[in-house]
Amino acid sequence: MATPVKVYGPPLSTAVSRVLVCLLEKDVPFQLVPVSMAKMEHKKPDYIKMQPFGQVPAFQDDDITLFESRAICRYIAEKYPNKGTMSLFGTNPLVKASMDQWLEAESQSFIPPSSVLAFQIVFAPRMKLKQDEALIKQNEAKLVKVLDVYENRLGSSQYLAGDEFTLADLSHLPNTQFLVEKTNRAELFTSRKNVSRWWSEISTRPAWKKVVEMQNA
Amino acid sequence: MVVKVYGPIKAACPQRVLACLLELGVDFELIGVDLDSNEHKQPGFLQKQPFGQVPVVEDEDFRLFESRAIIRYYATKYGDKNRKLYGTTLEEKALVDQWLEVEAHHFNDMVYTIVLQKLVIPKMGGKTDHDLVQNCEKKLEQVFDIYEQRLSKSSHLAGDWFTLADLSHLPGIRYLVNECELSHMVRDRKNVNLWWNDISNRPAWKKVMQLFHELS
Repeated sequence: MATPVKVYGPPLSTAVSRVLVCLLEKDVPFQLVPVSMAKMEHKKPDYIKMQPFGQVPAFQDDDITLFESRAICRYIAEKYPNKGTMSLFGTNPLVKASMDQWLEAESQSFIPPSSVLAFQIVFAPRMKLKQDEALIKQNEAKLVKVLDVYENRLGSSQYLAGDEFTLADLSHLPNTQFLVEKTNRAELFTSRKNVSRWWSEISTRPAWKKVVEMQNA
Repeated sequence: MVVKVYGPIKAACPQRVLACLLELGVDFELIGVDLDSNEHKQPGFLQKQPFGQVPVVEDEDFRLFESRAIIRYYATKYGDKNRKLYGTTLEEKALVDQWLEVEAHHFNDMVYTIVLQKLVIPKMGGKTDHDLVQNCEKKLEQVFDIYEQRLSKSSHLAGDWFTLADLSHLPGIRYLVNECELSHMVRDRKNVNLWWNDISNRPAWKKVMQLFHELS
């Protein structure tokens, strides 16, 4: 039996949880190796050898060391096509292209404003930093535009890339979880009929519920 | 039927797609989109690309946006024309994806901001935020330091051959060494300089530059 794959980083991190939910969707056993950001372990030489940008996560299996969560997810989904959720990587080249398109849209258009909002509203107060109201307002406006596009898309498609759950949907789980569950901005998602339906479906998947448990532990 | 690519030749993301299609020998038709007159925000274009960005490609009945999704699709579809472009094994492909993500986040975010602040905003009558530019330049130097280290171990980012990960950098570095006047970031680093000379002299990229000069 192959050694469990290793994922380095705290489960609360957006990028780490993205990889964890992918591994759980694919039924791939893993070992989560803690990395204390507070103690700057992610900037120490041993960690930098795996991840030269000093960020989480890093990933290792018998064949490769990788970083960048979406690259890791792609690798896992392609390496185990017949395990767990088989639709994750797209069932044919056109669906896969659509998955890539919405995964890029997530990383280029959804992540910047949602990350700023998550940091400003959830994490800044915890770190005793002053919230930047102008920045919050600016990024809420950007996120609204993105969610309007999603609302339209999800009116004619069950999931972002098509009729099945793929990495494109999965990639949205961490930041949406923060905004819906840990801020008073949930209505950005819940007031949009199709986005709300989509969020309800993807967030109640057993794999994501397990990651949320890990985050709350 | 040729692939239709919508977008101006002067913009980075359409250049990324054209470079890939030319590497693969895929015929295309470039249909200009006038960003200055906000053509990309008009209803007709938004039907094709709902975020109002360039490029978008149309290939018979199939439509695709996001340049890095487009290049992955064509490199896979025409894999027999250039097997190494997206990797021949799972591990090779994973490294291409990893460095494509690095380009998309660590590299592109900085270049985009520098180009916006130094070139686009003044052209629109606004004021450059010099502190922001300085901050981005500092971060970009750190990114190039990491590239210098990486390229001391292999000739290209994902291995010892040209892949989508290298290709994806062409438009951004072109901006840096030209209009942004930051060529020292490349020239001052031995391995990065060798790599840039290699990738920017590929016939496909030279053809993109030829089109750029013809159509601008």
